[in-house]
Amino acid sequence: MSVSRWEKDMAAAMKVRAKISDDGITDVRILIRHDMETGLRKEKDGTLVPPHFIQNVMVKHQGRVVLTAQWGAAVSKNPYLNCQFLNGTVGDVVEVSWIDNKGQAESINTNIIV
Amino acid sequence: MNSERRRFLGESGLMLATLGLVSSGFFNRARANSELWDSTAFGAEEIESAIKEIVGVDIFPHADVSIIAPEIAENGAVVPVGVEVAMPNISKIAILCEKNPHPLAALYDLSEGTVANIRTRIKMAETSRVVVIAKSGDKFYSADKLIKVTRGGCGG
Repeated sequence: MSVSRWEKDMAAAMKVRAKISDDGITDVRILIRHDMETGLRKEKDGTLVPPHFIQNVMVKHQGRVVLTAQWGAAVSKNPYLNCQFLNGTVGDVVEVSWIDNKGQAESINTNIIV
Repeated sequence: MNSERRRFLGESGLMLATLGLVSSGFFNRARANSELWDSTAFGAEEIESAIKEIVGVDIFPHADVSIIAPEIAENGAVVPVGVEVAMPNISKIAILCEKNPHPLAALYDLSEGTVANIRTRIKMAETSRVVVIAKSGDKFYSADKLIKVTRGGCGG
């Protein structure tokens, strides 16, 4: 998979690719730039870094929810999520959105490619 | 509830239901938020209590539930964990790491037509059993795997 196939946005912290294969399954790959701080990590001076992590992710296909995720702080920094759904068609809109425990959020639309 | 979360709720379609509750005077902010993020399950410090919160009933180990993960993770900060379930009607998938300070890592709700094949990367504090749970119909099935961690991933 080449980088150019990711749907990119200059301001975005998220990359999404939705690709349909011959068997009719649409494969969605999501990469989000996020620190995913657990709240348990300490700075060098001993102070705790407050928790800051994505709590909800939602994947929609043509406006219909296909997957919702609840995440804890144990999801790795710069989270990766891969999911698949049926009944997609080339060009269909896949929307991915997330929100973290501080209320920061992002949403991105991409189209299904072959 | 801030504006971003409000927008997220709106997009999820929950806002319509919430608005109904507001207008009828039964709005409960804590309840609305807990439906989006299960603070009890994610806050649990023992895997048993996290599982109890998610499942509430017995779970059955089943060969149709597979964990796709390495035997050894050199870097506990980034451990790829996949779940594949060869059963119909999977509506929920959970990933838990027994030895983490908060064992529940991820909880997924799948719609009809969503393939029960999900991959994520998680942090592991130390060598631990990783447990995945899948809901098919009204039953919960599980699989577990020991993943050895040579360098812990929680920082410190």
